[in-house]
Amino acid sequence: MNGGEHVVAEWLRGDGPSADVVMSSRVRLARNFAGVPFVNRATRAQREQVLSMAQDAIVGAAGSRGGVRWIDLCAASPLERTVLVERHLISKQHAKGEEPRAVAVSAPDERLAVMVNEEDHLRLQVMRSGLDLSDAFAQIDAADSAIEHRAEYAYSPRFGYLTACPTNVGTGIRVSVMLHLPGLKLSGEIDKVKRAAQSMSLAVRGFYGEGSEALGDLFQISNQTTLGKSEKDILAEFELSIIPKVIEYERVERRKLLEKRRPFFEDQVFRALGLLRHARLLKSDEAMQLLSHVRMGVTAGVITDVDVKTVSRLLLLTQPGHLQQIAQREMDQPQRRVERAALVRRCLA
Amino acid sequence: MKRKCDRCDREATVTEVLIKHGKKVERHLCEQCAAGEGIAVQSHVNVGDLLTNFIVQQSGAGEQKAAKGVTCSGCGTSFADFKQRGLLGCPECYASMEPQLGPLIERAHEGATHHVGKTPRRSGAAPDTRHRIAALRKQLQDAIDAEQYERAAALRDELRSAEAPAPAPSDDAAPRTRRPIGGDPQ
Ligand SMILES: [Zn+2]
Ligand SMILES: [Zn+2]
Repeated sequence: MNGGEHVVAEWLRGDGPSADVVMSSRVRLARNFAGVPFVNRATRAQREQVLSMAQDAIVGAAGSRGGVRWIDLCAASPLERTVLVERHLISKQHAKGEEPRAVAVSAPDERLAVMVNEEDHLRLQVMRSGLDLSDAFAQIDAADSAIEHRAEYAYSPRFGYLTACPTNVGTGIRVSVMLHLPGLKLSGEIDKVKRAAQSMSLAVRGFYGEGSEALGDLFQISNQTTLGKSEKDILAEFELSIIPKVIEYERVERRKLLEKRRPFFEDQVFRALGLLRHARLLKSDEAMQLLSHVRMGVTAGVITDVDVKTVSRLLLLTQPGHLQQIAQREMDQPQRRVERAALVRRCLA
Repeated sequence: MKRKCDRCDREATVTEVLIKHGKKVERHLCEQCAAGEGIAVQSHVNVGDLLTNFIVQQSGAGEQKAAKGVTCSGCGTSFADFKQRGLLGCPECYASMEPQLGPLIERAHEGATHHVGKTPRRSGAAPDTRHRIAALRKQLQDAIDAEQYERAAALRDELRSAEAPAPAPSDDAAPRTRRPIGGDPQ
């Protein structure tokens, strides 16, 4: 990846509608080519075939608009793969393994990414900073139709777009919104939101999916069912009903904290800022949590000498892959902690 | 529309959908009772668990014999392989194992049985309108039964536009640009 370190990843740009609460909106589509086994059953030759079909279709679809970077992941270094994961352009699963696989990324904006030979032949995703699902869907729908003009998708009238895992079948759509919810976390109301979301069959996951504790108070809400509901209905439910409710809830909690517990609120955000400005060793998770509180302080207007863009940049650059990319050398964990603290001090000075 | 737990007076927050003898049975429970019954309230549908629950119920009903020995004609994946790995082998698996997969898919997608939404323009996959109307009717009835009125209203609208003898195959279900391309019959 050349020059990637200078561009803030779309999901961390920190602008767009409702950016005080919404980090990013993402729409994903799962697609497979007709007449070729799914990736888990495909031979090496068939995977190569999928790669070339995908490359023809995607590059062809981009056409005169151009600007697609094709990255062969087998040829990419482990560090390059880590950077792609941190920029939310490929999954962790896609970064692993040595079977033929790739990712196509729109350049330079990185808004569209197509993973090739992940669980499905194609996993298209479009990201937008802030809450902007309609725009994200319009782009992914156009990209999907353009690819479909050049290749035949596996489809059945009953089950819709056919996917390797039956939980994705139908529209193959996954809509997710990454939310920054420090207010709900501090007030303890976050569990209510989680329960409400679960009762509506939505998945609520912490940042990066795995751990039970959400890093940096970042939560991702996404739909779980893909059959029997049109794309339009799923999007409308998210954009007009579910997400605005969560945003309002978070804003109310932040306001309450500011009005009724101002010393506590100020202590949380300035303590975080103080630590970031003076620490000499910073762990990755710790940096993220502190940056989360600073972000809340900045968007609330309590911290005035730091801007959201700087905080967003740091949320990305303090991650292990980016840190090593900037330093242009591999570093072990203790070295990274020193380097991370130094970077944060420089940027917040 | 708060629903009371089937077993106590608390609010029901967990809906369990079971397929017993081919019929859908819903139970509404509060979190405590659900936990007491060993129903995990999960944030993500886990295919493994879904399969386990499904298989347990199937064998309980003595219906598993039908699932045995079913193999995809396209890739050789058997239903047993799928149970083990959670992934199908090729697009044809869906047709080859439809009787076994149907109930499982229904369970994973809150009772939905048919696709609604975008359809590819190529490969003669024109939306089968009759099929779609039937699917919508069933989903509408399910939504009404489950007292999901917002969803029912949306489905009713969709059904109306599907039934209308519209010039274009009703496609308001999927907002998208439809540019006629070369050789496209339109
Ligand atoms: Zn109860
Ligand atoms: Zn198959």
